[in-house]
Amino acid sequence: MRRGYEGVVVAAPVTIPYVRYSIRAAHWWLARALSELISRSKLKKDDIDGLSVSSFTLAPDTAIGLTQHLGLSPRWLDHVPFGGASGVVALRRAARAVQAGDADVVACIAGDTNHVDSFRLTLANFSQFARDAVYPYGAGGPNASFAFLTAYYMRTYGARREDFGKLCVAQRANALKFPAALFKKPLTLEEYIAARPIAEPLHLFDCVMPCAGADGFLVTTEDRAKRMGVPHARLLGTVERHNAFASDPVQMRTLDKGDLYEQAGVGPKDMSVVETYDDYPVISLMQLEDLGFCAKGDGPRFVREHTFTWDGTFPLNTSGGQLSVGQAGAAGGFLGMVEAIRQLTGQAEGRQVRDAKLALVSGFGMINFDRGLGSGAAILSC
Amino acid sequence: MLERPKRKNPVLRTRLPTLPPAARSRIALGLTAAAALGRFELQQCRDCGTVQYPPREACQKCLSIRLDWKAQPQDGELLSDTVLHHSNDLFFRERLPWRLGLVKLACGPTVVAHLHSSISAAPTQVVVAAKLDRAGQAVLVATPSKETNMAEDRQLREFTCDPKFRKVLVTDGKTALGQAIVKALAKAGADLIWVGHAEPWKKFAGFDELQALKQVTLLPLDVTDSKNVREVAAEIGGKVDILINNAEYHRAYGIGNRSGVETARSEMDVNYFGLLRLAQEFGPAMRSRGADGLASAVAWVNVLSIYALANFPPHGTFSASKAAAHSLAQCLRAELRPAGVRVINLFPGPIDDEWNQLLPPPKVAPAALAGALVKALQEGVEDVYPGDVAQEWLARWRDNPKALEKELST
Repeated sequence: MRRGYEGVVVAAPVTIPYVRYSIRAAHWWLARALSELISRSKLKKDDIDGLSVSSFTLAPDTAIGLTQHLGLSPRWLDHVPFGGASGVVALRRAARAVQAGDADVVACIAGDTNHVDSFRLTLANFSQFARDAVYPYGAGGPNASFAFLTAYYMRTYGARREDFGKLCVAQRANALKFPAALFKKPLTLEEYIAARPIAEPLHLFDCVMPCAGADGFLVTTEDRAKRMGVPHARLLGTVERHNAFASDPVQMRTLDKGDLYEQAGVGPKDMSVVETYDDYPVISLMQLEDLGFCAKGDGPRFVREHTFTWDGTFPLNTSGGQLSVGQAGAAGGFLGMVEAIRQLTGQAEGRQVRDAKLALVSGFGMINFDRGLGSGAAILSC
Repeated sequence: MLERPKRKNPVLRTRLPTLPPAARSRIALGLTAAAALGRFELQQCRDCGTVQYPPREACQKCLSIRLDWKAQPQDGELLSDTVLHHSNDLFFRERLPWRLGLVKLACGPTVVAHLHSSISAAPTQVVVAAKLDRAGQAVLVATPSKETNMAEDRQLREFTCDPKFRKVLVTDGKTALGQAIVKALAKAGADLIWVGHAEPWKKFAGFDELQALKQVTLLPLDVTDSKNVREVAAEIGGKVDILINNAEYHRAYGIGNRSGVETARSEMDVNYFGLLRLAQEFGPAMRSRGADGLASAVAWVNVLSIYALANFPPHGTFSASKAAAHSLAQCLRAELRPAGVRVINLFPGPIDDEWNQLLPPPKVAPAALAGALVKALQEGVEDVYPGDVAQEWLARWRDNPKALEKELST
């Protein structure tokens, strides 16, 4: 049995409001997140002795350049540019650093800028495989890859557009209660169905909107958090797996839950809130299946049996998810994490899930060629 | 079926050439190198036999770096497909909607491929090939069967240089090869074929037969005459979709069997400077018409020689002139690439004509060479080695260029 995370907590969830385009660099967004973390937790800047950075648009800098840019002198430093898996991976590493005493307070920050036309350039150079074997085929970026997965999933498991639409509509309702979200207009199922096609069977509201934004949270010990006097949540269990199920001809399994629940000592039914990575709705369904909320292929039935708003029978992506908050590059991998911490620490304002005690955060991402490579999950408790 | 394009409306915007994304890692150019020859090769591990795609620097199964590009079975199953209605790239934005598929190849990997419109919905069996796109880079293309006509498909036509409905200039109609090329083009559906003949005061063998083809317009063209080339380009240059340069001066012997440089100079004047003159006069107009509708400017074909790769001493000065032309053709290829106009080089072994009378068979029949040329246009390859002699030279040259030089010099 793996060692647990006794004594490790997460706190101070921050989101710098997302905007469609920004003329600022990634450094600006990351600085905003860090500054907000410090003021929320009443720390001094020098108290931050560990830093974990996730960003796609920080080049030519990496985390180490950011230390000088922001005048930090951490004794523990990490760079986690793993897209949708960034939040879980950053948390896992920071937790162990704190547990081992290599750092006392780790600031995990994720942020990306989005200039006009920078998304196209990001797609063209996202990875060697993307450049060699996907981008020359219509330059659709992840839309095309997810269209393949969605079409295959619909054909194999009988999902309908209405099923995906139900998730998107619920998440929009959640986002309307989250002031940092990019999307401010309600969405109806009729509007979802009538939207223009992007890459069949994907239509407009199935696709995330690239934008600029930043998120962050602190990882520290329970003692330290109590002394700081900040609301915090405990870490119960995590898993991580990259390039999972590589021999599946098409990706229908997103992650290997392994001993996640054994480590946490709880089960899927105990969760009050679930945050999945949702750049496209199909991938949320697959994660719910892979995490044991329903059997593989039962996603469509599960969607039809539940409601997914913050006050629904299965509160999912309660801040709106990336589909309604926006996808700020690698910050997208933090969105679920910071929302889960808010829910467990009673900071979710108008969308607070009643009696939220346990939350599951699932990360997924990095469409390198035909599938997402990164995956991970974490269970938090109040 | 492809419909005859309407006459161009000069008031409307001419679509300017754009290219599909051309950047590739060096290792991925192995796919392009094979596709340029019309072959479908993927990386295969010499140690464990695993076939992999996308191309990698090491075997994903056993980490061996002993990876070979090897011909692979082309059949696969279409797992899933999509139609793009949005693209971030200018080339595809102009051509939406665009159909793509995810194909599980029988040899192992799952690949993304451009789909022929007649492929039915997934799951279904398909055949995958590597084709050069307008940027000159290899892409994978799935068709229902190996015999599928790509040029009749709206999407896949972008990967071919099919002469159907196009206007073609053949620079020399006086030779048996030139006449065979004209006939093959007419049969393949070319709309209009200008046929050059130097010394127009002389009637040549086959003149009447050419004249009788309704697509053919004969015009005086001497590639050694700069003024004449310029005048012809001024007259028809803006309409030529495919230029086939088959003008050639060929004499036997090497250095010691002939005194003076006159023969060698004549070879250079036609084989090298002729190409340069044509490229300077016809290149710019073709470059501006690289995306001009269904019958855009699309290809430039050079009839070179297998002797361009390695000098054949009995035809030593001729070999040198063809090597020079080959080098210049590489320059032309780079200059026409931004327009998506493909330069196709033919490297035949000895052609069965008067200047190769002392060479033993096999020799390429003019009609066979013409057929290979039209097939290259239709299938969108870049380098063609037609006939057994050329194929054998190519294999020997690829295997060990130094060995070939030694073999030829004895």
